[in-house]
Amino acid sequence: MSGEPPSDRNVPVLALDRVSVSLAGRPILREVSFAIEPGEFTGLIGSNGAGKTTLFRVILGLQPASGTVLLDGRPRSRRNPLIGYVPQKFALDPDAPLRTRDLVGLGLDAHRYGIALPSRARRTRIDEMLEAVDARGFADARVGTLSGGEQQRVLIAHALISSPKLLLLDEPLANLDLPSGQEVVALLARITKEQQIAVLISAHEMNPLLPVIDRIVYLAAGRAASGTTDEVVRTSVLSALYGHHVDVLQVHGRVLVVAGAAGELADSADHAHTRPQVEIIS
Amino acid sequence: MSPTLAAIFAPGFFTSAPVAIAASVGAVAAIVGGVVGVFTVIRGQSFAGEALGDIGTTGGSGAFLLGAGALWGFGVAAVAAVSVMELIGIQRPRGRDLATGIVLGAGLGLAALFLYLDTVYHNTTGATFTIIFGSLFAITSSSIPLVLAFSAVALGLIAALYRPLLLSSISPELAAARGIPVRLVGAGYLLALAVAVALAAFTIGTILRSAGRGWPVSFFVVTLIFAGYLLAGLLRPRRRAPITSLPDPTAAPAQS
Repeated sequence: MSGEPPSDRNVPVLALDRVSVSLAGRPILREVSFAIEPGEFTGLIGSNGAGKTTLFRVILGLQPASGTVLLDGRPRSRRNPLIGYVPQKFALDPDAPLRTRDLVGLGLDAHRYGIALPSRARRTRIDEMLEAVDARGFADARVGTLSGGEQQRVLIAHALISSPKLLLLDEPLANLDLPSGQEVVALLARITKEQQIAVLISAHEMNPLLPVIDRIVYLAAGRAASGTTDEVVRTSVLSALYGHHVDVLQVHGRVLVVAGAAGELADSADHAHTRPQVEIIS
Repeated sequence: MSPTLAAIFAPGFFTSAPVAIAASVGAVAAIVGGVVGVFTVIRGQSFAGEALGDIGTTGGSGAFLLGAGALWGFGVAAVAAVSVMELIGIQRPRGRDLATGIVLGAGLGLAALFLYLDTVYHNTTGATFTIIFGSLFAITSSSIPLVLAFSAVALGLIAALYRPLLLSSISPELAAARGIPVRLVGAGYLLALAVAVALAAFTIGTILRSAGRGWPVSFFVVTLIFAGYLLAGLLRPRRRAPITSLPDPTAAPAQS
């Protein structure tokens, strides 16, 4: 899609090799392998229950898995200074006494014990980060009073302030209206290009991401296919992934993935979690 | 002393030693409670705080039975209670309340047993009244070093854990992703809460002890707390909403 993957192909910032996870005897991820190069914008696409959050937990080291996960060529450590993370669930009471700048500051040094001593350097760094995500206007507002889109921007600032090489975002668009979602996507594309940070962003709908992503990792029934969007989002590749026929339709540059023929639809009705959902053109 | 005050308080009330002790211990407990309480609210663990106060009765009456200091009783009971809550080990907020409820039930049962045994073994006339009106838990100035030590433990724990505790209170997922030992930090916070509540429960005893002539002690406690609450509401800074967003609708009504 837009932009070529960066040419300096030295060490991938993230490399998964045959990663498998079973929870309570049920396979969630089966032999998932893919790599992300520095500065690359990757979409992790899959329907609800496809294993996107589990995959994030594996990358973060919170979920034991077989196979190997390499960060910047090395096995991950307990603390991952290389990874910034924006979780899907974030709910804070409007009365919670935490300002935007406090949350961003915690991104800098929350792993340290003791109280942060106020310093000019710390304040300047926080102000720069707030500026980068256009959050200066509500820097001193309570985080719980912000809108969903504003909170996403603050969480992105929280994740980016420690200068990670890889940013993970779990369904950042799920709870946003379309304009706020587009704003967040545009912001991410700008910041990551400026700072050469690789991004792995999960979504159940790929269309809002198509204009910005370099590569795609498509997750279905615990298996993954990766490559450029044109390589992955094809009838042959996705049918093999789902284990039954799906059609990929292109409509004005947008993509529609539709479950197979009518007979197969009825057939797979009791396997709702493995069936591709119909992506709705926005 | 003004006539109004004289009608309520006995002459020399404010200069008497028990009142001075109650006031100073109360001030220390208020500071500790204020610091620890912020996290209790963010973490949604108010029920645990409430339960620990009730479980203080178990400790206080148990300590009276053994002839030990009341503050030790409060402290040991509260720390034991949070340890059991942690051992039950449910991390989801609603599950945590379940663990708290189980421990609270056991604590109240034990408290009833201890209070009964107190009246049996300490052959004091009117022991029940002693307990009900709090004079059981009266303290002397010799307890003040212990009060300060307890406060230092609670405040020290919060200060040491401050940043990881704040992040794991806001979002356990964000904290875990950064490699913060969320469970351990939570246990450390519960310990601080236990010590803070022990102090607070102890303070209630001293306040009850120092109450004025003839008036029911609960009157003073309730009136003072309510007056403080009203004052805090009036003095609350009216934060202006940032220009870029609408005024916060939840901030407008005064709390019930």
